[in-house]
Amino acid sequence: MIAFMIRRLFQALIVIFIISVIGFAIKQSVGDPVRELTGISVSEEERDEFREKLGLNDPWFVQYGRFFGDAIQGDLGTSFFYKRPATEVILEKAPATLELVLVSSLIILFFSVPLGVFSAIKPDSLFSRALMGSSIVGVSIPVFLTAIMMVYLFSIKLGWLPSFGRGELVMLGGWGTGLLTVDGWLHILMPSIALSSIMLPLFIRLIRSEMMEVLESEYIKYAWAKGLSHRRVWFVHAFKNTLLPVITVGGVQLGVTIAFTILTETVFQWQGLGFMFMEAVERSDAPLLVAYLMFVGIVMVGVNTIVDLIYGLVNPTIRIAGVK
Amino acid sequence: MTSLLEVKDLVIKFALRSGEVTATNGVSFTLEKGERLGLVGESGAGKSVTGFSIINLISKPGYIASGEVNFLGENLARVSDERIRSIRGNRISMIFQDPMMTLNPVLTIGTQMTETLHQHNPKMSKEEARNIALNKLRKVHIPSPEKRLDQYPHEFSGGMRQRIIIAIALLTDPELIIADEPTTALDVTIQAEIMDLLMELCETDDMGLILITHDLAVVAQVTQNIAVMYAGSVVEKGPTAQVVADPQHPYTQGLIAALPQSSGHGERLNQIPGMMPTLKNIPPGCSFNPRCPHVMDVCRRQNPGLRPGKNGSLAACHLYPAELVNPSAV
Amino acid sequence: MNRLDKFRESFLWYSFKRDKVAIASLIVLMVLFLAAIFAPLIAPYNPYDPEMIDIMNSEIPPAWEEEGVAEFLLGTDSQGRDMLSTMIYGMRISIIIGLGAVALQAILGVLIGLFAGYHGGRLDAFFMRAADVQLSFSYLMVAIFMSAILQAVVGVAKFGEIAIPFLVLVIGLSQWPQYARTVRASVLAERKKEYVEAARVAGFTSSRIILDQIFPNTLSPILVLSTIQVANAVMSEAALSFLGLGMPIDRPSLGSLINSGFELIFSGAWWITALPGLLLVILVLSINMLGDFLRDVFNPKLYKG
Repeated sequence: MIAFMIRRLFQALIVIFIISVIGFAIKQSVGDPVRELTGISVSEEERDEFREKLGLNDPWFVQYGRFFGDAIQGDLGTSFFYKRPATEVILEKAPATLELVLVSSLIILFFSVPLGVFSAIKPDSLFSRALMGSSIVGVSIPVFLTAIMMVYLFSIKLGWLPSFGRGELVMLGGWGTGLLTVDGWLHILMPSIALSSIMLPLFIRLIRSEMMEVLESEYIKYAWAKGLSHRRVWFVHAFKNTLLPVITVGGVQLGVTIAFTILTETVFQWQGLGFMFMEAVERSDAPLLVAYLMFVGIVMVGVNTIVDLIYGLVNPTIRIAGVK
Repeated sequence: MTSLLEVKDLVIKFALRSGEVTATNGVSFTLEKGERLGLVGESGAGKSVTGFSIINLISKPGYIASGEVNFLGENLARVSDERIRSIRGNRISMIFQDPMMTLNPVLTIGTQMTETLHQHNPKMSKEEARNIALNKLRKVHIPSPEKRLDQYPHEFSGGMRQRIIIAIALLTDPELIIADEPTTALDVTIQAEIMDLLMELCETDDMGLILITHDLAVVAQVTQNIAVMYAGSVVEKGPTAQVVADPQHPYTQGLIAALPQSSGHGERLNQIPGMMPTLKNIPPGCSFNPRCPHVMDVCRRQNPGLRPGKNGSLAACHLYPAELVNPSAV
Repeated sequence: MNRLDKFRESFLWYSFKRDKVAIASLIVLMVLFLAAIFAPLIAPYNPYDPEMIDIMNSEIPPAWEEEGVAEFLLGTDSQGRDMLSTMIYGMRISIIIGLGAVALQAILGVLIGLFAGYHGGRLDAFFMRAADVQLSFSYLMVAIFMSAILQAVVGVAKFGEIAIPFLVLVIGLSQWPQYARTVRASVLAERKKEYVEAARVAGFTSSRIILDQIFPNTLSPILVLSTIQVANAVMSEAALSFLGLGMPIDRPSLGSLINSGFELIFSGAWWITALPGLLLVILVLSINMLGDFLRDVFNPKLYKG
C-alpha cells in the first residue's frame, strides 16, 4: 500500500513539473509583458531598461527557475488587465467556480446513485427503460445548449429564475458565498443543473452497467444461495463492488467538469474562473492564462491523485498485500 | 417415512432467443437423511442445473417447467420467494465450484459468515454469531480462526478458501449440502483433503450430501449411491460400489472403461466415440444411441425409461426388459 | 459463401433488422451525411459567398412565423445569411472535423495499442503510462488551452484559416489513449491464444501476425468505440466553436452559429440558436443510438440468451 502511494505521488509530481514547463513556455510566447505593463508612451530606452529589470534578457533556464521559484511561493505574475497579482485574481474568483462544482456534484451524487442502482436491479421496468432512453438524449445535448435552453425557458419565457450572475453574496472571510442567501440559491440553481446535465446520465448509465455486471458474478449467485435478503445482496454485496470502478471514473470526470465550467460560466456570466479564463483569452492576458493553467493543472492532478489513493484504501485487494 | 429429498420428474427448460431447449428431461432421484449421493456426468449433461434447481437458483433464462422437488415433503419448486430464502443457506446449503469467485472480494470472511447467521436468526447476538463462526472454522481445520475472521478472501490460498466455504455451509447445521464440483478448481493434492473433510463432516453430523461432479474417482471414494446423467436424463442409478464395479448402461460402461485405471500400462486409453449432443441436437429415441456399441433398432425410435438391470441398479436402456417400477426409488 | 451472404446471416444483421431504433438512427444519419456531402447542390444559397449576403436581410425569422419569408425557409442569422444553407454547411464542417479527428485518433491509437500490446515490455509500459496521464487530463481542457494559445499567438485571422486542420489535430491527438487501451486489452487477450503461438512457430514475423491475425479480432471494440468518439468529437468541436475557439464566424460550424445566436435570444431571435442546436442534437443523438446498438450487439454476454 505504501509503495502504491509513493509511486502515485511521484507520478503526480512529475506531471506538475511538466505542467509548469508548459506554463512557462506559454508565458514566454504570448504577449509582451513590457508593452502591457508600461503602456505605449514610454521611450525605447526606458523599455529596454525595464526589460533588463524584469530579467527578460536572462537565459531561459534562469527565467524558468525564477518562474518556478515564484510559483511555489504563490506568485504567478501580474495580470495585464487587472494590474494585480494573478494569484490574487484567481483566489477571488475561485469560490464562485468551486461552489458551482460543489452543488453540481451533489446533484449528480444524489440522483445518479439511486437511479443507477434501481435501473440495474429492475432493468426491464418501464421507469428504467424510460430512464435509459432519456439518458441517451441527455448525453447528446451539449452543456452549453442545455444552459441556453434553460435560460430561454426559465428566465425569458417564464421569468422564474435569474439568467446571469451570482446574486446576493455573503462574505465569509475571503470567501464570497452564494449559498447562504435565497437569492444566491436562485442564481446557482440553473448553472449547476446545466453543469450536471451531461454528467448525470453518464453516471447513471455507468452505475447501472457496472452493477448489472456485478449482479452476474459468482459471488452474487452464492449470496443468493445463502438465502440472504434482496436488500443485503443488492446494497451490501453488489453495491460495494459497483462503487470501486465508479470512484475511478468519477475522478477523471472531475477534470472534464472543469472544462465544462468554462462553457457554463460563459452562458450564465458566472463570475468564476471559467469566465475569467475566457476574458483573459479575449484580452491576451498571458499571466492570467498561465496562472489559470497552473491552478487548474494542480487541482486536476491533486484530485486524480486523491481519488487514486482513496481507491487504494477502499479496495481491500490493494490495501492489504495478499498473503499466499 | 418421508425422504430428505425427493426429486420427481424434474423438467428444466431454457427460454433462449432462438427457441426453448430442454436441459433436463424428467430427472428423478431420492435422498435419505445422511445419505451421500453422487450426481455424475460430463459438462452439459444437466447435473449442475439440477443441483441449482433444488433451491430454485437456476440462472435466467432457465426455469423449472414441471416436476417436483420435495424437501421433507414440501415442494420447493412451488413455494414462495420468502420460504425458499429461509431454506437456502439454512437447511440446504450449497458449495460452488470456484472458491476464488465465490467469495465477495470486498467483504471480510467474518462478515460473510455472520451475515448468514443473522439472516436466518435475526435475534442472534453478534458475539454468539462470531462464536459459531469460529467453531465452524475450527471444524474445517483452519488454524488461528480468530485472526481469519477479519481477513479478506484474497489473503487465503485456494484450499483454505474452499474450507471456509464449507464452514459457511455448516453454519446453520443444515440437513442437506449440495456440492457443485467442489474440487475441480483445486490442486489434486488438496482435492483429496477437501473430500475427506466433507465426508467426515457429513458422517459426524448426519448431513445429506449431493456431490455433483464429472470425476468418477472422487465419487467412488465418497458417495453411497450414484446417479449418472447423460444429455439431460438419468441413465443409471444404483449403489456406488455396484455401479462402478458392474455398470449396466453402455454409457456408464464407457465411462468406467475410459478411466486410466481401466487401461493396462502402456495401452491406449479407451474412449467413447463421438460426443455428447448439445441440448439442441438431442437425437430421437435414446439420446445415447449414435454412440452406443449395443445399439438396436428400437433405441432409435423409443426413449427407454429406467428399469432394473442385471444386478438391480436401474438403467435407462433397451437391453433390459421394461418393468413398471417407481423411478424415484434407488 | 461470399461476403455479402456471410453478412446477411450474421448476428449483426439479424439484430439490426429487428431493432427499429437502430434502423431509424441509421436512416437519419445517412440523410444527414448525404446532405452534408451534397451541400452545394442542396443548400438554396451559398453562405460563404459575400455577394449573396445582404446585411439588410439579417434576423429574419423562419418562414412559418409572422414576419418570415418563403425564400429564407428557416430565417436568417445576424449577418443576413440563410439559416438553412448555413446550417447544412455548418453540419458538413462538424462532420468533417468529427470524422477526421476520429480517423487520426484511431490510426494512432490502434497502431500504438497493437504494437505495445504485442511486444510488451518497456515500450508498452511507457505508452500506457503516457496514456494514463493523458487520460487523466480532460481533453476538452487541453483543446481549449491549445486553441486559446494558438489564437493569441497567430491572431484571429490566421487562426480562422487553419481552424479545420487544427481542430482535427487537437481533438485527434488528445484521444488516442482510448483506442490504444481498448486495442491493447484485446491484443493481450488474443496473444495468449493458440493460433498466435501456431503462427509464431510457423515463422511469421510479428508484424504479420499482428496485422493479419490479431487485428481482425479487435475490430468490434474499435467499431463501438469509434461511434462514441465521433459523437464526442462533434460535441467537442461544437463546444470550442461556441467559445469562439473553433470555427470562425465567417465559416461557421453549428457551434459557432449557436454562439452567434446566443445574445439574440434575449431580443427574441430564437431560431439562430435553436435550429442549429436542434440539428446538432439530432446528429449526435443518432450517432449515439447507433453506437448503443452496436455495443449491445457485440456484447458477448448477450449471447447467454
